[in-house]
Amino acid sequence: MNLASDHADSADLVVARPEGLYCPPGDFYIDPWRPVERAVITHAHSDHARFGHRHYLASRAGANVLMSRLPGISLQTLAYGERLDLNGTTVSLHPAGHVLGSAQVRIEHRGRVWVASGDYKLDPDPTCDAFEPVRCDTFITESTFGLPIYRWDTPQTVFDGIDSWWRHNAAEGRASVLFCYSFGKAQRLLASVDAGIGPIFCHGAVEPLNRAYRQAGVSLPPVRLVSEIPVKDKAVFRQALIVAPPSAQGSAWLKRFGDYSDAFASGWMRLRGARRRRGVDRGFVLSDHADWPSLQTAIQATGAARVIVTHGSVEPMVRWLREQGLEAGAFETQYGDDTVEADAAGADETAATGNIKLPLDQSGEQDESADNAATLADPVNPASSA
Amino acid sequence: MKRFAALFTALDATTSTHDKLEALTSYFAVAEPEDAAWASYFLAGGKPRQSVPTRLLSEIARERAGLPAWLFEESYHAVGDLAETIAHILPPAQRTSELGLTQWIEQRILTLRGAAPEELRTRLLSYWDELDWGGRFLLTKLIGGGFRVGVARQLVVRALAEVAGVDHKRIAQRMVGWTDSQQKPDAARYLRLIAPEATGDDAQASEPQHDSDLGLPYPFFLAHPLQAEPATLGDPSQWQIEWKWDGIRAQLVKRGGRVWLWSRGEDLITDRFPEVAALGEALPDGFVIDGEILAWEPGASAPLPFARLQPRIARKTLTKKILADSPATLLAYDLLEAHGRDLRMTPLAARRVQLDALSTAVEGTLARDLLRVSPLVRAPDWHELAALRDESRARGVEGLMVKERESMYGVGRTKASGTWWKWKIDPYAVDAVLVYAQRGHGRRASLYTDFTFAIWDEADGVRTLVPFAKAYSGLTDEEMRQVDAIVRKTTIEKFGPVRSVTPTLVFEIGFEGIQASPRHKSGVAVRFPRMLRWRTDKHIDDADTLAMLKGFIDDPSG
Repeated sequence: MNLASDHADSADLVVARPEGLYCPPGDFYIDPWRPVERAVITHAHSDHARFGHRHYLASRAGANVLMSRLPGISLQTLAYGERLDLNGTTVSLHPAGHVLGSAQVRIEHRGRVWVASGDYKLDPDPTCDAFEPVRCDTFITESTFGLPIYRWDTPQTVFDGIDSWWRHNAAEGRASVLFCYSFGKAQRLLASVDAGIGPIFCHGAVEPLNRAYRQAGVSLPPVRLVSEIPVKDKAVFRQALIVAPPSAQGSAWLKRFGDYSDAFASGWMRLRGARRRRGVDRGFVLSDHADWPSLQTAIQATGAARVIVTHGSVEPMVRWLREQGLEAGAFETQYGDDTVEADAAGADETAATGNIKLPLDQSGEQDESADNAATLADPVNPASSA
Repeated sequence: MKRFAALFTALDATTSTHDKLEALTSYFAVAEPEDAAWASYFLAGGKPRQSVPTRLLSEIARERAGLPAWLFEESYHAVGDLAETIAHILPPAQRTSELGLTQWIEQRILTLRGAAPEELRTRLLSYWDELDWGGRFLLTKLIGGGFRVGVARQLVVRALAEVAGVDHKRIAQRMVGWTDSQQKPDAARYLRLIAPEATGDDAQASEPQHDSDLGLPYPFFLAHPLQAEPATLGDPSQWQIEWKWDGIRAQLVKRGGRVWLWSRGEDLITDRFPEVAALGEALPDGFVIDGEILAWEPGASAPLPFARLQPRIARKTLTKKILADSPATLLAYDLLEAHGRDLRMTPLAARRVQLDALSTAVEGTLARDLLRVSPLVRAPDWHELAALRDESRARGVEGLMVKERESMYGVGRTKASGTWWKWKIDPYAVDAVLVYAQRGHGRRASLYTDFTFAIWDEADGVRTLVPFAKAYSGLTDEEMRQVDAIVRKTTIEKFGPVRSVTPTLVFEIGFEGIQASPRHKSGVAVRFPRMLRWRTDKHIDDADTLAMLKGFIDDPSG
């Protein structure tokens, strides 16, 4: 009997290292935050996909978007479900339903299976493949909205709300400015609103992503750039929907729309306190992350006996899962706050409005789960950036 | 209920005044009068009494949601509002209800009070199961106490005025006393509220009158804080200047041989202050006095601190001891009605002459201490007035009131008919260190914004930080976020919802009053503490000492 290999058979397939989550037998990292030799990327949001690694592996569906955000990287892609051998481990990517190209990473080694979820949602989204439950022994999950207070309405209900807000504004002759993250949320909104209500415009930060989505075959309605319109021309916006990143809120850029109503689309808008702090006319509760019931459903569907929580409401989720009879633990990551504070709904505002210099991010654009990490990152020690 | 819940959700969902007004008017345009009566009662600030104890309410909700107590707690601290937490965690409703607001209130909500726990459980679960998110939030707010709507009373008045086609000042006046808990809102009262305006020479006299309206006060006229230099107000002789008393603003109404005493919140407080009511008995009919209720011992030169009035409001029954400990008096400063005639359009200076005359007339019939008139403060220039204002603390007042002599008695904070200014003294201030933090409520929900501050105790030659005050207001949104992030990074320990933090942050803490208090660890209790400034320029070693704080007690000049 070989003691060393016996040990290897029971050792964890993914561990936390200062560089990021690491797979020892496969010798690769998942969404690392420091430069490494080989990185498997779950999706292209800036807190998961960073510059500086030598080799990248990601889903083919997300290649366009990833290349548009990290031009020039050395990228190998896999179709969903396609298997690749990495140093004796079998690696495959499976849809996570979060944004275009988002993937769960399945690692199989000597009969054992681990899955790292990255960020995910179970709700339908016309701009990306639906979340696929993958059976595994150990499931590494996010927990951005890991408290029972987070429970989403059906997407259709939310889009109906957005449509009626837009229709009402259009009838009154004022522009509808909708703030949301420019990668993922913006395209999901564009693909889902009723484009018959009026013309749609977008901010310059949103357009490159629209292009990448269209190139990947996602169907979006016609969208014009605000910058194509002469500054003096306000009339053209009176019936329009304008999709802009949260950083545009409160900026002089908004002056060109004349009379407008503004709204913010995010899961954080579930809480009245967060909505009031945001200071927009309306808050629409729309997230690309799983709500509490979805997190439970997803975890259960994996059949995993062991669950490791990476970011969001970590402590409550771990305790809850233990009380449900699972073996649960946590990984410290830089995807989001690693402790219970992911409920700091206000923190996303800081990231979004750029009031604090973000060492993690080159674009000023973050996904919801990254918000807390961005705010809490040590400003004097930006070691995490490449 | 559905319609009112939708209105409540719409008001809550938007920050735009325009949209709120639109939501209100479209509600009132179609609501049944009996429902509109209750709706306007709640919207104007009427608060139903708590009908289910908070603990039972949380317990029933969390059992229904299948959550352990710790996770419910965790959720509550993230949300910062109990009713909202409950609305979030309950599983989706299975049924729906077409019952009107009045039926919900009168048959279901008001009858919950005093029901046995088992019955409460059955009824609550059934009610929650008939409502959507907004309805549940509303219902839970209504039965849990602490209900409030994010809409200014003035906006409700404007909406009703629009629907009724009546001048909004008239509606404002009819709405005085509307939220008094002793009168149940009903269709008849609502119809009087929105009745067409009487026309003719004396609209006041021909206003629809009703027994229950007899004792109504006038809408209070409110002062603005003086932020500019007083010299910008011009010649002081154009202004009537008085001390700013720190008591309970009230109107004393005497009509038809009866007496009513109203607080600024338009609560009837006659039975809380029998000695002031006795003063009313001595007044002739058709008189309304505006003034301040103060605790003032006979013969004393200054009033007692505000804290001494609190038992008069808080305690259910007024014992002889309470009455003796805090003898109340009304300090009159305005006369709004004389011999049944509304004086509000008469200039202040002329109203004052009539008030003095009234005081002289009733003097012989009363114990002198009961009707005092707020003395006028006179000085040739603002410089001397400023010097007098510096004596405020020794006199037990908060500064000066500066009222335009020609001002009419307006409604609320209007400046259209002459202005009243409050020229307050600066608060006491000390530099203190943040030592504990807790997540806030309302718009501060889930951010660490409720803080405990400490100062240095140098007793026995050792410097230790002693907590002395809690405060949550005074920071900008941006500062709130920054401090929240620092609290999370510097947490030492968690005690339930409270975190102790490594002392690094210094704030200037302002407060209005200070008293020795053996109940507090620091030995002092301060009134209205709040953050004046975040002293990023100061190190914790620079914070003030307990000895300096205690010095304020001995020397109130600060």
